[in-house]
Amino acid sequence: MRFSAVTAPDRTVPVARGAFLLDSLRASHLTAVGAGTLLAALLVVSVAVAVTLGPADIRVGDVWRSIASHLGLGVSPLSALRDGIVWELRLPRVLTAAAVGAGLALSGAVMQALTRNALADPYLLGLSSGASLGAVAVVLLGLGVLLPVAAFAGAMAALLATLALARAAGALTPARTVLAGVAVSSLAGAVTSLVIFWTATGDSYREILGWLLGSLAGARWPAVAIAAGAVLVVGIPLVLVARLLDAFAFGDTSAAALGVPVEAVRWTLLGATALLTGALVSVSGSIGFVGLVLPHAIRLLTGPGHRRLLPLSALAGAVFLVWADTAARTLFDPRELPVGVVTAILGAPVFALLLVRRRSRS
Amino acid sequence: MTALRADRVRASAGGRLVVDGVDVTAAPGTVTAVIGPNGAGKSTLLRTLAAVDRPDDGTVRYGADDAFALRRRERARLAALVEQDATTELDLTVADTVALGRLPHEGLWGGDAAERSGIVGASLQAVGMTAFADRRVTTLSGGERQRVLLAKALAQRTPLLLLDEPTNHLDIAAQLTTLGLLRRLAAAGTTIVAALHDLGLAIAYADAVVVLAAGRVVAAGPTRETLTPALLRAVYGVDAVLLEHPGTGRPVLALDLPGD
Repeated sequence: MRFSAVTAPDRTVPVARGAFLLDSLRASHLTAVGAGTLLAALLVVSVAVAVTLGPADIRVGDVWRSIASHLGLGVSPLSALRDGIVWELRLPRVLTAAAVGAGLALSGAVMQALTRNALADPYLLGLSSGASLGAVAVVLLGLGVLLPVAAFAGAMAALLATLALARAAGALTPARTVLAGVAVSSLAGAVTSLVIFWTATGDSYREILGWLLGSLAGARWPAVAIAAGAVLVVGIPLVLVARLLDAFAFGDTSAAALGVPVEAVRWTLLGATALLTGALVSVSGSIGFVGLVLPHAIRLLTGPGHRRLLPLSALAGAVFLVWADTAARTLFDPRELPVGVVTAILGAPVFALLLVRRRSRS
Repeated sequence: MTALRADRVRASAGGRLVVDGVDVTAAPGTVTAVIGPNGAGKSTLLRTLAAVDRPDDGTVRYGADDAFALRRRERARLAALVEQDATTELDLTVADTVALGRLPHEGLWGGDAAERSGIVGASLQAVGMTAFADRRVTTLSGGERQRVLLAKALAQRTPLLLLDEPTNHLDIAAQLTTLGLLRRLAAAGTTIVAALHDLGLAIAYADAVVVLAAGRVVAAGPTRETLTPALLRAVYGVDAVLLEHPGTGRPVLALDLPGD
């Protein structure tokens, strides 16, 4: 190619097109709007079907009837027992799963863009270990009702500790912030283990373990409100400024040269995703791999443009976690797996695959 | 048509003062080369001229405007910067990358898609990378990526263009193509300031030079009067003579190799 370039004035070479099936899918058939519509429809169906799955005979029609009657649409209600299963237990749990999955995928995509690290996840800045410490502390003190509050407070305390440590080490750069997050995570994790080791017994041990591995078992309507509220309040503005994230692709200088206020954008968005993640972790515990893997999977389909990536990742994350949680509560019925175990079993191989793919390309 | 003027610029990088009281003026329609040994402060000076980094002291003006008083987007519609060796982890296509240059014009909501793809196409064509439009930037060679980043800057459609070693990684044909493109842009009125390592290219293509050494301007002015053998001896410690190209009459730099 170099030799021909010297002799030929037109320095173009043919492009290897359609080398991968995914590439041709991306280019031609799967437009962003189409993918969005498809995923949104899939989410609605998934929620309805997931509610029917489990140890009681519920049909999709029952789900619509329960929802319609509670919304006062003049439909005759289900029997109290069946309505209880749908409206009080399964629907809030499935909706919480959807909201948490959406939020985690969204946070992951944003964190990856802001730190320019494709392997960044929503728990990067010590958030999950801080939340765990807070949660474990209140469970062991017998104040389990305060768990969401304590988890959120723990997450925010860890975030502040991370930022303070990064700042103390010099200018607040992404690399230093991530390293400070690792340090804070390790410390909070160690303290959590220590506390569990010395004090936990029987029931509290199970409760803590479930929470550390991520669980939606206790999710009721307040959990839906917290998770969905956080996703809407933080997620919609994130999607609206998504284009700014594109500008970070080639680094801070390049973004600044395109007129982006780099520091203001970075810290505002990092703070927003930290708040979102803190809210999610407070209702579900730390559920791994959703925020890491889903944005990558969507990037393969639609490319890395964030105006497409953010909403599609959120939808895909929602669908994914609905099914992961359904598997967690039905596969080994009557025993229930922590949903974090399911996401890890599904996510780790996908993650490994992505690593191999990156390596083979570079 | 926008002139660039920097006065008494002092700027630091990594906590160290690397540009110490530098003046630069560049007229519309000209190519100004910033030359100097490694570590002379060329990159830091260019980042300051692009108003990406605020200097410790001094002013940068685009026409009559203080570059640092402009709104960021407005500034990005006046000046574009091509960095040296900017890389990405993201799987952007070449066309997506060039389209980033439209951000200052379109804002968050996106603009006219047809206009964008027209400008992206023209910018890619200008750097000879049209056939690469659908390729991932992560799969390009260093020279190909360098040209794509130049296309991104062209897509900004700015009257000022600042380039840090734009010929880095390029083979000799691509170097000449790139500098030929800069000359054509200058002929159309663009104000161009480029850091160049290759003195031969600076002599052949630049209207004016700013010679930096240890963060200070050693010499500045029209290329042929400024880049003298005595100056090269003083700045780089090399002996050179300027010859005349037998065909074109252009000056050609010939270096004396140690041991000759």
